[in-house]
Amino acid sequence: MPKQSPVPDELDKPFWDACNEERLVVQSCNSCDKLQHPPQPTCNECGSADNLEWRQVSGRGTIYGYAVMYDCPVTELAVDQPFNIAVVQLEEDSGINMLSHLPGTPVDEVPVGANVQVEFEITRATGQKVPEWRVVV
Amino acid sequence: MPTENAPDSMYRDTEGLGIWEHRGKVAAVGIGISPTVRRWDETPETSVGAWTILAIRRAIEDAGISPDQVDGLVLTPETSTGVSWPSDRQIPEDFLKTFKGTDDPLDGIVKLSVDWILKNMPELKNIKFTMNAPICMSNACVVAAQAVGEGLTNTCLVVRGWHNLAGRYYVGQGAASGSTISGPGKWSTMWGTVACYTTAMIFEQHCRKYGKTHDMMAPFVVNEKRNGLLFPEGFWAQFRPENLSVEDYLASRWIAKPANLFDNDLPICISAAFVFTTAERAKDMKQNPVYILNHTRTRPKVRRVVPTLEDWQDGSDSTGRKLYEGAGITARDLSFENMYDGFTLFHVWHLEGLRYAGVQRGEGLDLFQTDISIEGPNPVSPSGGNAGSGRTRFWLHVDSIQQLQGRAGARQISKKAEIGVSGAYMPDMSYSLIWSATPD
Repeated sequence: MPKQSPVPDELDKPFWDACNEERLVVQSCNSCDKLQHPPQPTCNECGSADNLEWRQVSGRGTIYGYAVMYDCPVTELAVDQPFNIAVVQLEEDSGINMLSHLPGTPVDEVPVGANVQVEFEITRATGQKVPEWRVVV
Repeated sequence: MPTENAPDSMYRDTEGLGIWEHRGKVAAVGIGISPTVRRWDETPETSVGAWTILAIRRAIEDAGISPDQVDGLVLTPETSTGVSWPSDRQIPEDFLKTFKGTDDPLDGIVKLSVDWILKNMPELKNIKFTMNAPICMSNACVVAAQAVGEGLTNTCLVVRGWHNLAGRYYVGQGAASGSTISGPGKWSTMWGTVACYTTAMIFEQHCRKYGKTHDMMAPFVVNEKRNGLLFPEGFWAQFRPENLSVEDYLASRWIAKPANLFDNDLPICISAAFVFTTAERAKDMKQNPVYILNHTRTRPKVRRVVPTLEDWQDGSDSTGRKLYEGAGITARDLSFENMYDGFTLFHVWHLEGLRYAGVQRGEGLDLFQTDISIEGPNPVSPSGGNAGSGRTRFWLHVDSIQQLQGRAGARQISKKAEIGVSGAYMPDMSYSLIWSATPD
């Protein structure tokens, strides 16, 4: 599905740069050994800013849940309604989640609990790649 | 000088704090509500500023006091959750001529400040305490209760206004409109999430886990509409007094399945104000005092792209435990509950967190299949909430105060109203209060 192109900022640029290299990274705190996403200036757990680094993760996860979008506010996506928006939990830490349209999965036939694998999709406006997730058959 | 947001020290947001030190010593007395319409017609007299002035004057009159006896003002400065003023649009000349402005030309139109209110209400000449309580009137009620308890103000206004401009909320606007996206929307809006998406996703997870269905929401939403039509100040009662049937609800279109049109509330223009004061001072006022036994704030512990069912259950459970602990009561002491409903699906977790009528996790939808009417043994949301009267986030508090004053009119619950609870807004991010007809 055509998506808006995310515009990286100073904080999240490493995440989007990694996407362009088809790698999935999330922030990790060296002090308390916690992952966090979306990116934050400080660790949600210990408040440290100095101990945050980017850690590459496997790109594997599971589907936590979903809803089917029928009245989407985003102009670029409205033509594709209805469509799935699923919540994917990372294999490394189920507390970290990301959204997905689940390409290849029929609308409202989302296999909750199924394994998924990340892939990277090029967005139209700038060519920035974004993480998408596909059910592992 | 800009009014400051309430500091963390004014909130009770952890467990183990014991009984609230000002339990029963703060009371709500006066209520003022403005007229309502669906959208602003751009005349000065129907602006959010004008209607807030009107609501404040009505609240003062309702309490039976004079404006110069008011010495505090707690305001929720936001006046919408959606449509704002387009940057290329002229501000109506009539508005500028009618009111005294502040540094922000949109003050009184799409936002409110304490400064704007005081400039345009010269009769409030003894205000010594002011504070902002963002997002929700529930926050303003909590802050005002604490401020009166601490003696920062003796007689305090609690104020919230709402504007609603032409156009659809969010749709094709702001972050949703362009071919690129910046800011926090990169993690959510970019995927096409509508406001009720997270709620729908979590509700789907809830139904999956506990073997429930979306159809089980129907009795609750029908009850909300029925109670709302008994609220004379409400939008639906005044402009579209039509009952909702179970069939209407089930046939409604999806917004984000499993959340349909009737699970979403209707934005309107309206303002409300309350008068809070000390229990001692309240004895001399015109209306029966409604005593505040406790207040609490709950905030999400974990920051994710989207919260989970477990996050929301933990949050609402914490709210329930904190409320009862500080008030020195149990769930069995509640005569009614008026927790938030905009989105209607929120109500399931709010009820479960309170253990209202004995419901445990996963049983909220079952309660909706019993008698939850105002005539029944377990009145659920007698206010009708946002679903019953339009988006305000304050019907719940208005009704709680009126129920305990015995002046809820056609909405008055059949059982004796002794203690009630109201709070908003998200299950894991809320401000709530326990109200009582007596101080002890």
